[in-house]
Amino acid sequence: MDQPGKRGHWSWWYLLLIVQFLIILLVPFYNVAEPTLGGIPFFYWFQLAMILIGAALTAIVYFATEKEEARR
Amino acid sequence: MQNVNWIALAVFVVLFGGITWLGFAAARWRRGDLDLLHEWGLGGRRFGTVVTWFLVGGDLYTAYTFIAVPALAFGAGAIAFFAVPYTVIIYPMLFVIFPRLWQVTRNKGYITAADFVRGRFGNRWLALAVTVTGIVATMPYIALQLVGLQVVIGAMGVSGQGILGDLPLIVAFVILAAFTYTSGLRAPAAIAVVKDLLIYATAFAAIVVIPIQLGGFGKIFAAVPPQKLLLAAPAGGGWGSYGTYATLALGSAFALFLYPHSMTGILSASSRHAVRRNAALLPSYSFLLGLLALLGFMAIAAGVGQLPEYADGFKTFKANFAVPALFLHSFPAWFVGVAFASIGIGALVPAAIMSIAAANLFTRSIYREFVNPRATDRQEAQMAKWASLVVKFGALVFILAVPSQYAIQLQLLGGIWIIQTFPAVVFGLYTRWFNDWALLLGWAAGTAAGTWVAAAANFTPTWALAVGGYGIPGYTALYTLVINIAVTVAATMVLRALGVAMPLDLTVPADYRG
Repeated sequence: MDQPGKRGHWSWWYLLLIVQFLIILLVPFYNVAEPTLGGIPFFYWFQLAMILIGAALTAIVYFATEKEEARR
Repeated sequence: MQNVNWIALAVFVVLFGGITWLGFAAARWRRGDLDLLHEWGLGGRRFGTVVTWFLVGGDLYTAYTFIAVPALAFGAGAIAFFAVPYTVIIYPMLFVIFPRLWQVTRNKGYITAADFVRGRFGNRWLALAVTVTGIVATMPYIALQLVGLQVVIGAMGVSGQGILGDLPLIVAFVILAAFTYTSGLRAPAAIAVVKDLLIYATAFAAIVVIPIQLGGFGKIFAAVPPQKLLLAAPAGGGWGSYGTYATLALGSAFALFLYPHSMTGILSASSRHAVRRNAALLPSYSFLLGLLALLGFMAIAAGVGQLPEYADGFKTFKANFAVPALFLHSFPAWFVGVAFASIGIGALVPAAIMSIAAANLFTRSIYREFVNPRATDRQEAQMAKWASLVVKFGALVFILAVPSQYAIQLQLLGGIWIIQTFPAVVFGLYTRWFNDWALLLGWAAGTAAGTWVAAAANFTPTWALAVGGYGIPGYTALYTLVINIAVTVAATMVLRALGVAMPLDLTVPADYRG
């Protein structure tokens, strides 16, 4: 329901989403070949792993804020 | 060209026939009155989490992407992987921003972003700018889908002179136009389910079978020239390729959901929860895209670029032939048919959604706003159906008449143009502090600067910016968005100081909440 005066539906959980945002922009950090994983250089497997981590973080935030969302 | 690959062609044609039937049958799926624009153009906003996942996945990860990203890896190496951080950045934004947009469009009956801007800022010219930008950015994008289709048709050995050579493409497009006209957004939604299953099957087969054939990932990456394996470390002062990589990812992410077709996909969801869930579920497509990007390296390792049987293909389609050649080289003919069908059908889904999205924009913000304000709901829907045909045939003529190089350049400009609608659409969701004319001025400044810089850079996406000898090259779209925002803020402050009144806001805070 509407709560006048309360601004939108902010939750501190959203800050968790910034993690993937910032890590993936730190290009020099992952622009290296070692360590490889199953023959795949770090540059490639790290970014693929970030997709999975990002999805997991989004899912966590989703479940943490869904109750709040559903109540509105 | 090599001889016609009959087995692959037969599988391709059968699968294509199947989705043609599906496209027409989709008119009766979750039945609604297709003479109403929100039914035809947004599927009645009836798509739950799963269908939205297929629809938006099929919409964003286009055939062109699946051809062009590996082709870029094949030709240029590590830079192609920017598609991965790009998609990592997109989904937090989708998660936070777009449920709000979904909510207000649903509550106010808006069909497009321009509709929202019209209601929020009360300025039809600002809405027109958003509309024209959307349509102009979408047209070359549709044309590029045809490039994907052309490549796989060519790879099956189907070729000919003049009109005969273009015939398969024309047939595919007539089919596309017909089922979009009759079924609206339901057609690509239904077809997306089939297409996505095919593309997942293809990708996982490729990522398992081809590395085994080539002796493992270690050998594949060993075959890649070292200068292609990683981004070049910046020499001297400046960010060098790191800046390019990060800003390309960031700018592309900002632009993506402003495109009319992404907007249409999201707004057709049945609830804001479906949108939120998809922010966590859609990354599975990003993972697929990341794996497919590696196909470019596999094509290097397999040496398809040197094999005489593919020489003609590479001559015609350049690096875009890398993935088709790799599939022809590695798979039995019947599976080549499946893989090519997934790419070919993969072209139709986004092309359909894009033409519907452009038609929605034209109908609401040009036809209804400027031509026939008293149009009935039925006239409105009929106009959108005609507009979708015009848009598609425009794209077809474009791709047949002009070299595909121009489509690629225009699509690049499209990204620079569409991002200029960011302040009006995204900032507008949260605040009405900005003046409507200031937003229009900022849009004009960003669009002009972006076009000029891109043309001066010979239609490459990067702006070789240097501040005091410190090079910070980056994606032109992102940098010109900064110009846009600066102009918008400055003009707003001036107009506010002058006490210029703003038109009525048709939305109220409650419209943005559940």
